[in-house]
Amino acid sequence: MNDTSTVRRLATRAAEATPPPVVARVGGLGDRAIAWLFIAPTIVLLLAINIFPLIWTIYLSFTNFRANRPNAAVEWLGTRWYTSILTDPDIWAAMQVTARFVVATIVIQTVLGFLLAVLIDKKFRGHGFWTTLILLPMMLSPAVVGNFWTFLFQPQIGLFNYAVSFVTGLPPSSFQMLGDVSLAPWAIAIVDTWMWTPYVMLICLAGLRSIPDYIYEAAEVDRASKWRQFWSITLPMALPFIMLAVLFRGIENFKMFDMVNLLTGGGPGSTTEVASISLKREAFEKWRTGYSSAFAIILFVTVFGLANIYVKALNRVKQR
Amino acid sequence: MKTLLASVGAVGILAAALAVPATPAAAQGKTLTLCWAAWDPANALVELSKDFTAQSGIEMKFEFVPWPNFADRMLNELNSKGQLCDLLIGDSQWLGGSAENGHYVKLNEFFEAENISMDDFLPATVYAYSTWPKGQPEYWALPAMGDALGWTYRKDWFENPEIAAEFKEKHGRDLAPPKTWDELKEIAEFFQGREIDGKTVYGAAIFTERGSEGITMGVTASLYSHGFAYDDPAGSYKMDGVVNSADAVAGLEAYKALFDCCTPPGYTNSYMQEGLDAFKSGQVAMQMNWFAFFPGLYKDEQVGGDKIGFFVNPGQKVEASTLGGQGISVVSYSQNRDEALQYIKWFATADVQKKWWSLGGYSCHRAVLEDPGFADTAPFAANFLNAMGNVKDFWQEPAYADLLLAMQKRTHDYIVAGQGTAQEALDALVADWTETFEEEGKM
Amino acid sequence: MAAGISTAHSVVEPSPLVRRIAGAVVILYALITIVPLIWIGLTSLKSPPDSISYPPKILFEPTLEGYCNLFTTRSRQTAEYLQGLPAASGRCEEIARQRSMVVVGASNFVPRFWNSVIIAFGSTFCAVTLGTLAAYGFSRFKVPLKDDLLFFILSTRMMPPIAVAIPIFLMYRELGLSDTKLGMILLYTSVNVSLAVWLLKGFIDEIPREYEEAAMIDGYSRLQAFVKVVLPQATTGIAATAIFCLIFAWNEYAFAVLLTSGTAQTAPPFIPIIIGEGGQDWPAVAAATTLFLIPIVAFTILLRKHLLRGITFGAVRK
Repeated sequence: MNDTSTVRRLATRAAEATPPPVVARVGGLGDRAIAWLFIAPTIVLLLAINIFPLIWTIYLSFTNFRANRPNAAVEWLGTRWYTSILTDPDIWAAMQVTARFVVATIVIQTVLGFLLAVLIDKKFRGHGFWTTLILLPMMLSPAVVGNFWTFLFQPQIGLFNYAVSFVTGLPPSSFQMLGDVSLAPWAIAIVDTWMWTPYVMLICLAGLRSIPDYIYEAAEVDRASKWRQFWSITLPMALPFIMLAVLFRGIENFKMFDMVNLLTGGGPGSTTEVASISLKREAFEKWRTGYSSAFAIILFVTVFGLANIYVKALNRVKQR
Repeated sequence: MKTLLASVGAVGILAAALAVPATPAAAQGKTLTLCWAAWDPANALVELSKDFTAQSGIEMKFEFVPWPNFADRMLNELNSKGQLCDLLIGDSQWLGGSAENGHYVKLNEFFEAENISMDDFLPATVYAYSTWPKGQPEYWALPAMGDALGWTYRKDWFENPEIAAEFKEKHGRDLAPPKTWDELKEIAEFFQGREIDGKTVYGAAIFTERGSEGITMGVTASLYSHGFAYDDPAGSYKMDGVVNSADAVAGLEAYKALFDCCTPPGYTNSYMQEGLDAFKSGQVAMQMNWFAFFPGLYKDEQVGGDKIGFFVNPGQKVEASTLGGQGISVVSYSQNRDEALQYIKWFATADVQKKWWSLGGYSCHRAVLEDPGFADTAPFAANFLNAMGNVKDFWQEPAYADLLLAMQKRTHDYIVAGQGTAQEALDALVADWTETFEEEGKM
Repeated sequence: MAAGISTAHSVVEPSPLVRRIAGAVVILYALITIVPLIWIGLTSLKSPPDSISYPPKILFEPTLEGYCNLFTTRSRQTAEYLQGLPAASGRCEEIARQRSMVVVGASNFVPRFWNSVIIAFGSTFCAVTLGTLAAYGFSRFKVPLKDDLLFFILSTRMMPPIAVAIPIFLMYRELGLSDTKLGMILLYTSVNVSLAVWLLKGFIDEIPREYEEAAMIDGYSRLQAFVKVVLPQATTGIAATAIFCLIFAWNEYAFAVLLTSGTAQTAPPFIPIIIGEGGQDWPAVAAATTLFLIPIVAFTILLRKHLLRGITFGAVRK
């Protein structure tokens, strides 16, 4: 350090301002260490709050443990809960309610969402503003908004009943969206559609916009009709996006709890008792922890299995 | 896109600024939290407890949860060993589980030390709200709020000469509070769809709620009157042929008939609040509800006073009423056990109990109830004593929630959703209950 | 987002008529969509009798009664008692007096709202911090079993929340985390971190590696390059991710209703159980709902361009 030339001094100062490379290399961590340092906290957190509890759930599902009887002896029951769940007609009824709900809402929302996307893609004036309005419901809390819908669905004083009666001429107290066995599932489907159609729409819109113009131009040259273009270009090319939307909606609605819990709580009778509601009753009202753990595992395996099969199909469509 | 980040921060700071001034200042000295359901008597208790604070310097905080969520929330709180509540006015059916799992502090020693005698309270209430095992001198709560299911009716409509005359002509008897379930239905049918003061009115508001305990509490009012029993002989857990007996079927069918013919539109998931709404808004001629609400209804500006009358649950084969009501317990996980016990000691005194009744709470203290003038203190006081004389309660077993949920499902499926027959519903209920007791090792 | 991508289809333009029809249909749908939201706002300004009148009132005299009822608890008093009181001191007291009631104290709404704020911001901060680190790790380094780890992180979102809540309930009971803000922050962090990792990995993948490499050639360590080069570049992505995490934590209901009862209870399980004298106090519920939704509406508008990415876990980027 006995070199006193100005250049050297400046360089030294610069090196002090920005960290000296040699020190950094020695004192800094290796890439491998950094990689693990960065990833480990997330993995640890997930192990602690997801995986460990999951393993615990699997263990509990083979026992008669009840969270409200901490002092009772825990017995090993083997697969008894699994067989009793899979042969329980009430559970099957709940699964059917869930399946019908998932299928109905997906069909409605996909058709509606796709149509909306097609229309918005026409880029009329002010489409950005109106699209943002349409998107609002999906960002809101299904619980808080669902709760308010019970007010809209009230016979006589509810806005929904009033609007329907205004359009159809039926007296507004002649039908009960939430109390009628045949209407209650539709009430939930209506609210779900209101909330989540924009979600499907948004993904479909991305799909439509990913189709390059030259394909349409080529079709125009070939004198293909608009109808033909829709079926042979628009729909197939947007299909992977539609399927993605269906996947996300499917998983979410299979797990559906908030909205059903607040709108009908599973009623009237058990007509809208979806799987999550049954699970909540077993786990947090009856406190049959072992039993509900087994039920939870069955649900998880179902979603996971269906989602995996579906993703395979999706990838095949994408590759085409 | 820095704006995005900035606005996240801005909203956070804004929200913090809004919320900070309102967070309660650190309480001076000790604070007790009392948990109960959100209903009229709870407001009376707030009023009453001001005396306790004045006397002891201990501040009171309250957590009131609406009935449909009350059991779920509070049992969850107890099972999670939560410290939210120091004192809990919990439902009678929770006693078994709360005693066996150590959620409540056992009060025997405390009662002895403080000279609080259970003999000062009405035996039926001590049995129902304090003891576990049932009837044993092991106390887990002090009877706090006596309650049973009763009925209110529109006295002004019943006494309207035109209406009364029309009824007499049609049915050959005077229009008066019903003595049997058959009469109840007849009257309800008579009012259903009638125009009164330019408004369409309906027969009766009854319990049909699915989520917590509503429909069970309503249905049992009919079942008990028709001679229903849970097991026969009591304590044997022999339910087949008892729970689904011909009497029980008749009781369930009577309830369904009443639901089908005479309830307001949209009345498929209704409990106490919906009943109150229907009655207060002048929609119904009769309302099933807990005595707890009667003081408030009597004071109501629209339908109270001369316009309201009260009757006990009509008999059919026998006289019986569904039990409500709660005892007050000290939660084991509380950090303020001594102060909580101090509250109970204060609450048990005869003077406080008298004030409790005057504010609208149903005291269970004999000094209040056996006072010769008690029946005249309110138009429903005599009915209350009458009802408390023949109350029946749901299972208080530790597994009560399983038993209750099964009954909620079976009765709602049959009555509201219209699935199957009464016999099928009760047969299914026997099967559910048998399974529960087998799991419990009691059968 | 919608306005952002307008470069496609420049040649294949729809005719003005088609455009107009499309516009009319979409606008009609949008109007129907926002009616319930407008109704929430209107109901919050109605008096309780107006809110349940038949037919539903569109024109009414606005009042702050709903907001007053939301923030206060009141008790009914006799006329004599009311006459003996000094004049009402505030707007809410005045309104209460008109209904023969007096204000006896503050309601639990503000503490619950405050819980929502703390838990949502706390968990978002944690999730985004962890998520940024992990996303950088996954984006830049060869991690063994990378795809499996990433999929594992995502699959934690497939469990129904009720199923997750069962063991969490037991675990928190043992650890004393039941009904605590810390417990809820940890839980929401674990749920949100999967979203954060996936979204941020997408954003960081888009930042050219050359930037860091250049910085490292200039003498920065890997860590310094991350802090001084990557983080500033990722600001937008981090902000968008943070908003998504915030919205999830803000809206979450199932865990909150099962795992909190008072001390840490957030607004979503509280709002549906706001009741007044005799039944649900709809104007108060609407007032709570309005206050609860306003931040989300604001965020949605801010987030327009990134919505798609957020809701698909980064699977769709445009």
